[in-house]
Amino acid sequence: MTNAAVHVEGQATQHALHTYVHDAVASGATHVEGQQHPIKLYLVVWGWLFVLSTCSYLVDFFGIHGHLRWSLILLFMVLKAGLIVAVFMHMAWERLALAYAILLPPVLVLVFVAIMVFESDYTHLLRVMFFASAS
Amino acid sequence: MTETTLATPNAPPGTIPGWRGIAADWASDQRAFKHVSWGKAMMWIFLLSDTFIFSCFLLSYMTARMSTTVPWPNPSEVFALNIAGQHVPLILIAIMTFILISSSGTMAMAVNFGYRRDRVKTAALMLATAAFGATFVGMQAFEWTKLIMEGVRPWGNPWGAAQFGSCFFMITGFHGTHVTIGVIFLIAIARKVWRGDFDVERRGFFTSRKGHYEIVEITGLYWHFVDLVWVFIFAFFYLW
Repeated sequence: MTNAAVHVEGQATQHALHTYVHDAVASGATHVEGQQHPIKLYLVVWGWLFVLSTCSYLVDFFGIHGHLRWSLILLFMVLKAGLIVAVFMHMAWERLALAYAILLPPVLVLVFVAIMVFESDYTHLLRVMFFASAS
Repeated sequence: MTETTLATPNAPPGTIPGWRGIAADWASDQRAFKHVSWGKAMMWIFLLSDTFIFSCFLLSYMTARMSTTVPWPNPSEVFALNIAGQHVPLILIAIMTFILISSSGTMAMAVNFGYRRDRVKTAALMLATAAFGATFVGMQAFEWTKLIMEGVRPWGNPWGAAQFGSCFFMITGFHGTHVTIGVIFLIAIARKVWRGDFDVERRGFFTSRKGHYEIVEITGLYWHFVDLVWVFIFAFFYLW
């Protein structure tokens, strides 16, 4: 009696499991293949890129100047770049070894930027000293 | 096995999280980016090299601009247009930016439909992306023509620092070339998708390898990169 119950129950479970695996494989055929994210996510990112670009444009339109201008421009730029790389280019879902290999080298370019800022200041100084008409 | 795949669709079995995973990948004495296809890894590495090229352009532009003693032309005014009697600063660049962003949006959706093996939608969205790209290049041609007519040359311009011209033509020209190549790339792949090459695993005429829908994502990587570079050009060249 008990045995029979267990047997039936076991069969049911096995059947359910089988269906589950079958479904998983069926949906997996399209699912496992590559990057699958809801279209809504892309539309939301698209919308944000529009908003951020408009904000950058408005910074110029309203003629904001000085440190505030640069803070805002760089902020909107970094946010836009981040959204594009992370979501559109799927970097958020890539293997970490790849993400760091690609993302770290460009960050090191900042060292180059610093060097060239010093260099251009020096060139500017020389020009002011030797070529009159300074601004 | 199946359950693991279902729980985290993009993390292949055997992935170790965090820094331990990175160390394990790099120390594996095999290929470093396991489960990342060669095509995708190579496109990323190409894009990294391209990042360095664009960085060098923007850096040399920055150095030139910071070291001139002559005033730099005001981009906000240089790229202004008169629309219906109204003087609108930087409007042309703003429109170009929105067009390029929209092309990225359609491209992202094309990748999605590609993996769902929806041939018609994928090809249509890729062609829409190409059309946005072509529009962008067309507007750039208009922008170049306008500036050349106003007397901008690689060695001078009517409004101040002579380096403005060389920086402008160099940076936007190289970006425009990327967009143009991207449009050609998009049309070529869209044609293959439309024809069903990736469903029947038809072999490429040049490499004679079987194609996969992943090429849509790889094309997308290139395209989004073009958009990404424009984000930086927009900030550093036009808004500075």
